[in-house]
Amino acid sequence: MSDSKSEMLSTIRKALSEVPDSESPGDVELKRDYLQKGKLSQSEIVELFAERVGEYKATVQRVKESNLKKVIAESCKRENVTKLVIPEGFDKELLPVDIDPLFDNLGSPLTHLVLDQSDGVITTCAHAVAQTGTIILDAGEGQGRRALTLVPDYHLCIVREDQIVELIPEGFSAVESSVTKEGRPITFISGPSATSDIELSRVEGVHGPRRLEVLIVKD
Amino acid sequence: MNKSKHTPTFEASAKAYLSNTQLRKNIGHATHTIREKRKDAVDEMPDWEKLREAGSQIKTRVMRHLDRYLLQLEESVKKAGGHVHWARDAKEANQIIVDLVKQKQVEEVVKVKSITTDEIKLNKALAKEGIQALETDLAELIVQLAEDEPSHILVPAIHKNRAEIRELFRKKLNQKELSDRPEDLAEAARLYLRKKFLNAKVGISGANFGVAETGTVAVVESEGNGRMCTTLPDTLITVMGIEKIIPTWQDFEVFMQLLPRSSTAERMNPYNSFWTGVTDGDGPQEFHLVLLDNGRTNVLKDEVGRQTLHCIRCSACLNVCPVYERTGGHAYNSVYPGPIGAILTPQLKGIEDDGVASLPYASSLCGACYEVCPVKINIPEVLVHLRGKIVDEKKRNGGIKQKTDLEHIGMKMMARAFQSRSRYERGQKLARTGQKLFTKDGTISKLPGQLSGWTAMRDLKPIPDQTFREWWRKRDE
Repeated sequence: MSDSKSEMLSTIRKALSEVPDSESPGDVELKRDYLQKGKLSQSEIVELFAERVGEYKATVQRVKESNLKKVIAESCKRENVTKLVIPEGFDKELLPVDIDPLFDNLGSPLTHLVLDQSDGVITTCAHAVAQTGTIILDAGEGQGRRALTLVPDYHLCIVREDQIVELIPEGFSAVESSVTKEGRPITFISGPSATSDIELSRVEGVHGPRRLEVLIVKD
Repeated sequence: MNKSKHTPTFEASAKAYLSNTQLRKNIGHATHTIREKRKDAVDEMPDWEKLREAGSQIKTRVMRHLDRYLLQLEESVKKAGGHVHWARDAKEANQIIVDLVKQKQVEEVVKVKSITTDEIKLNKALAKEGIQALETDLAELIVQLAEDEPSHILVPAIHKNRAEIRELFRKKLNQKELSDRPEDLAEAARLYLRKKFLNAKVGISGANFGVAETGTVAVVESEGNGRMCTTLPDTLITVMGIEKIIPTWQDFEVFMQLLPRSSTAERMNPYNSFWTGVTDGDGPQEFHLVLLDNGRTNVLKDEVGRQTLHCIRCSACLNVCPVYERTGGHAYNSVYPGPIGAILTPQLKGIEDDGVASLPYASSLCGACYEVCPVKINIPEVLVHLRGKIVDEKKRNGGIKQKTDLEHIGMKMMARAFQSRSRYERGQKLARTGQKLFTKDGTISKLPGQLSGWTAMRDLKPIPDQTFREWWRKRDE
């Protein structure tokens, strides 16, 4: 054990001399009587999610599964996206025909420079939280590594209705095993990149994607 | 630890800042805006008080068993492929980081806003070795370019308005045609930092939370600079105060509700990154976690002061504080300003320094800070406790000088007077005669000589011509 480590630990133990040796962490009272489960119906949850994401100045559309491919093509066209980053595992059937796809995979990852010169990225997500309008990514199928949803200026994210939960505790619980069992990186995205650093007024768009579009898919 | 007696007192510094009307306007505007927004964000939560209580309980649990949790965190991070370093103080932490960066043979590192690295003056330590630490948070960048000091926990450049920032960017970023719209200022920063991010080899961050159970570290932010710094470089070095531990992943469900609403007054801030060691093919392939003490164990050993370590650095207490609102953050002469700084700094640094010892007095004890604190730190209680410690310290170390100090003698006399009714009433009569010289229009606004301290900041009500007891006795006659 390093000197610093053993000294820090012994200083801490001395500082806590009043804590009885018999006490274990679980003995210290902790009541989780805050809301852990939501009460809304699935359709209300979807409604709330759409509303709250919209409040962050993201573009939100609700689409039918059968229409998804068409809407993706329209969005890419509207946003002038041709060079589109495609994460590993993303359903290629959904891609518009007239784009220039940039496929990223573990064997041959796209460089930072290529990501920077792309026009946007399309991904799925792991879960979403209605209460806060949050998208949760866990780097799984169709989401890709973290840099993909960070460097491009436009992020088109597909959220399926059954992936949306109501409350924050439900969101953390939904990805818990991805972290505890697989150690995956988790990213929460709530609206486009923003700053409140100038006079505490919110400005959308700094380093992350300045445009976030969310397609909520009904199956 | 800093034992120099050179920090100016809060009172002295505050005086200078109070006369800066632009500063007062900037800070008044910003704190009032965020105060209102925070209230809305909190009011829509029916279980807010329960979340606060749970947050406080989790932190109490962590502090009482900090040694265990640190060891558990170390094990989890190592298991996930990261390295863990222990640093007793700033010097040791800086040395660890400097050595790591030098191994990578780079001259520049990108940094996410971290008050902990400000606390240990990491940028200076790196500069000494020829390594430039580039601040990437917009406000930190502003402060760095202006060669200024942060003045707020969340918004370090809160003391500057848009016009001042435009001037700075025009000069330092060579942006001649810049407007003062916040959008354009943010765009200028984006362009300036973009290339730096894409080519960075080493990133340095602080940590909002570290999870003992999983080894997960979290950075909470808005701009995306945090994601850039923690994702794009090959090597990531994170400095974390030992008090930032939470036991389990589940505990995020509490703190990630409390923090954004208290801090930026949003339901959720734009980006939260949670990483667990290293992930094959995704993000930095080398991760170092530096666990920092630097006075935190001093705080831990004080059973009243210990709750100060529960702080999650939201800055809600700054935004509601009537003192901070008027003086701004620089008056506190510490990287931790405002009410939380007034209790944290003296405990981290010790109260031997007169400037540091003046901080617990930078409060009217109104309690607004306690009311908004998301983890229920009873700041007024700790302030009063520290004031007591400071007086005791003076008594112990003051020697003969302290014994003959007029305030000390005055307090002794007061104590004697309050011990007996007859002495008290005699004292009252004496004062009633004595005060005649100084009473004007029913107030005493200027006392002479050594007593002037009492009236320097406030008016006194004179002792009335007749007390209630005197009136009562007369009435019976």
